[in-house]
Amino acid sequence: MTEVRAYEPVIGIEIHVQLRTRTKMFCSCENRFGAEPNTLTCPVCLAHPGTLPVTNAEAVHLALMIGMAFGCEVPERSIFHRKNYFYPDSPKGYQISQYDHPLAVRGRLGDVRIHRVHMEEDAAKLVHAGSSGRIHGAERSVVDFNRAGTPLVEIVTEPDLRSAAQAAEFGRLLQATLRRMGVSDVNMEEGSLRMDANVSIRPAGEATLGTKTELKNMNSFRFLERGITAEIERQEAILHADGQIEQETLHFDPRSGSLTSLRSKEEAHDYRYFPEPDLVPIAPTPEMLERARSALPELPAERAERFERDLGVPAAAARMLAFRAELGDLLEAALAADGADARALANWVTNEVAARIGDSDPGDTRLEPAALAALVGMVEAGDVPRSAAKDVLGVLVDEGGDPREIVASRGLGAAGSDELAEIVDRAIAGNADAVEKIRAGNDKAIGAVVGAVMREAKGRADGGEVQRMIRERIGS
Amino acid sequence: MSRELLELSAAEAARRVRAGDLSASELFEFWRGRAEGDETGSYLWVADAPGDEPESGPLGGVPVAVKDLFCVEGVPSAAGSRILEGYRPPYTATAVSRLREAGAPVLGKTNQDEFAMGSSTENSGFGPVRNPWDPERVPGGSSGGSAAAVAAGTAPWSIGTDTGGSIRQPASLCGIVGLKPTYGAVSRNGMIAFASSLDQCGPFGRTVEDVALLASVLVGRDPCDSTSLDHPEGIALPSAERLDGVRLGVWGLGEEGLEPGVAEQVRRALGLAEELGASTEEIALPHAGHAISAYYVIAPAEASANLARYDGVRYGKRTEADELLDMYELTRHDHFGEEVRRRIMIGTYALSSGYYEAYYGTAQKVRTRIVEDFRAAFENVDLVVTPTSPTVAFKLGERTSDPLAMYLSDYYTTPMSLAGIPAVSIPCGLSEGLPVGLQVVGPAFAESRILDAAHALERAIGFEGVPRT
Ligand SMILES: [Zn+2]
Repeated sequence: MTEVRAYEPVIGIEIHVQLRTRTKMFCSCENRFGAEPNTLTCPVCLAHPGTLPVTNAEAVHLALMIGMAFGCEVPERSIFHRKNYFYPDSPKGYQISQYDHPLAVRGRLGDVRIHRVHMEEDAAKLVHAGSSGRIHGAERSVVDFNRAGTPLVEIVTEPDLRSAAQAAEFGRLLQATLRRMGVSDVNMEEGSLRMDANVSIRPAGEATLGTKTELKNMNSFRFLERGITAEIERQEAILHADGQIEQETLHFDPRSGSLTSLRSKEEAHDYRYFPEPDLVPIAPTPEMLERARSALPELPAERAERFERDLGVPAAAARMLAFRAELGDLLEAALAADGADARALANWVTNEVAARIGDSDPGDTRLEPAALAALVGMVEAGDVPRSAAKDVLGVLVDEGGDPREIVASRGLGAAGSDELAEIVDRAIAGNADAVEKIRAGNDKAIGAVVGAVMREAKGRADGGEVQRMIRERIGS
Repeated sequence: MSRELLELSAAEAARRVRAGDLSASELFEFWRGRAEGDETGSYLWVADAPGDEPESGPLGGVPVAVKDLFCVEGVPSAAGSRILEGYRPPYTATAVSRLREAGAPVLGKTNQDEFAMGSSTENSGFGPVRNPWDPERVPGGSSGGSAAAVAAGTAPWSIGTDTGGSIRQPASLCGIVGLKPTYGAVSRNGMIAFASSLDQCGPFGRTVEDVALLASVLVGRDPCDSTSLDHPEGIALPSAERLDGVRLGVWGLGEEGLEPGVAEQVRRALGLAEELGASTEEIALPHAGHAISAYYVIAPAEASANLARYDGVRYGKRTEADELLDMYELTRHDHFGEEVRRRIMIGTYALSSGYYEAYYGTAQKVRTRIVEDFRAAFENVDLVVTPTSPTVAFKLGERTSDPLAMYLSDYYTTPMSLAGIPAVSIPCGLSEGLPVGLQVVGPAFAESRILDAAHALERAIGFEGVPRT
């Protein structure tokens, strides 16, 4: 039997982010998703003869913010290049991009190093009629130029990721960070956030890199993870069979789980980059840099750290609160209402509230942060049992209101200690058999007595408290 | 009356219109008739009527002929190429808008080498232009139509573009004045691009004053062109009559390819300059001799990208095919001319991976050296003078089969293009009965100085244009 070698994946990510600017990258057309095809165009973004690009200052500002969020160095000058290729999605026959002088270099997000951040323009959108879904063999192809010239930032990481799950987690952190900054819609389905992965594997413990392949355009973090996993397995199978990895660009089909080759190394384009003579270099002034720096909000990684450090929130919950900024905002607003302890509130927000509202924004529900604080405070004080409080939360989310009134009007408050004592006494009297068994050491038998109490209290009692009272009374 | 209008300089006509002594509409009709009657092939389109240009503007209603590659909304603008035949742009070039706002209506669109690639206007997709001095000869290029129209008296003045000499060389061959301003002085917005880092719009006229007047309204920063700049001093109308104390650096009179008759006329003009008080000295521009080589790498490289948009997808001609690649190839093969295809091939090759450094990289280094050569020269002299073209106008067809001979027409003009500095060509005499041009060159934004010197020389030379009929 041959020894099965262990391989270590080495993964780098390339991210394209559409910037949320008022206008396009090099013309004054509106930058908006979802408009009627070819309604957001002008001679510049249709590449009419004689037109010239003019760099969008707002896009530069947002891109500088991104560079600064990663703690990148911003060179004194960066320049645009022309990346030449013929395709109907490229009206000029070249894309204006940055090449060997990018806007920002050498940064970090979490524990992943950022290689570079550069600016470019998006291509037009092609729609192919016919079964193939690609231009080859299509009956007809139409072009929507609304997207042509949308400002893009490309972020390239160093190959610091070691697993598919880590790559997806990094993607989520990046998305949360950009969303928090307000620089992009970061919507993967609409294409405002797009991810490619460079994947290679090497025998564990080796320093040299294996041949890498590029996985294109995975439109969710789940597909990113699955695609990378599939590619790692494919490469492992090849190496186990003593084969060679080919350098190529691959497409992952999430439906079939299969990887298909888009082009090999031999088919790689020669883009004939050269400096764009129609544009002047970007030379950020100290004022531009300061404006970008001061526009940065607290970023998710810092926020998670603060929740953990200052509020004592467990790490996983802190990350969730930071990545879903709207949940973190709810927590902080509820804390400001001063009704409950931070840890308990964080626990409620990340568990009960998150479960109740799903992916939606709590700001879009009727839930008031102060009401949530009050409810959690009542639970903490033992004024309302946890199970009943969940029902109250449902009312707060759907209808709003004051949790105290809801508890009172619906009779959900915890039973008073005298009332509860009477119920417990009645249950002990009515379940003599079970009580005998408990006294004889059969601990499970207590369930029947607790059940009887809870039935009569109609959920207004806490199970743990009831057990304690039963044991106290029968002396077990 | 019409004889009088024909002899008036454009600047003088503008003064009379503004003074109310001449009717702008009458003037337009006169020139429209002249343009309609053109027999040199200079025009591709002639306007029916002026727009609503203000007669009170500095250009006083004097119509201007415009090189085809300037986009004018709704007006055929094909850059001399069959691939854009019938194309009517949805917007107007900044240079044309500025002329109109200053009071000059568009008279017509003038013939040119396709996409400004050529030195004889024989590469036009719409037939050649003939030199008004001799219909068997070329007017130069690429702005041959704009130059020939002014020389022949079918336009009072005109604008063209100069990438490696495309204003100065046809001005020289047609015996008129042509100015290439400093790179960035005039907006390129709406100028159908050939080589973006070199293309520059400039005026043609029969007099230095006419050229200065047009230039004065053309220059200025345009928010639509990031590479445009505000002219630090603006362009003043020339008034100098003497050249006292002006140090002229003379370059290129010992070159092998220079026709003796051309050298003689240039020397004669230099003698006149000395009589006007200038000093002359030979100067070296050590790398300028390599300008042609660098130019014919950089310009085609940029052109190969600039012309990629003519792909048959959105506008212009298309040859239908079943597959996308075939459509691209057939469209570009069928509707681009031979010289355009040649330069796209050269440029694509020069930018290709593995060749980029050897060609494009080296050419850019040469360009930097040429910039330094001029900088050094202008530490010792005020202006540089050279012949504009090594030869007088050559015969139609004489160089079409020899691209390298054709490229050498630009020997004296490409160094200034690569350096981005202003240069004007004025007629300085005849050789074999054909005009010879003298080029006066200054540092960046020194337009007023070179025009002043040109103005003083113009008076001393007393050149008579081609007799007009
Ligand atoms: Zn646009």
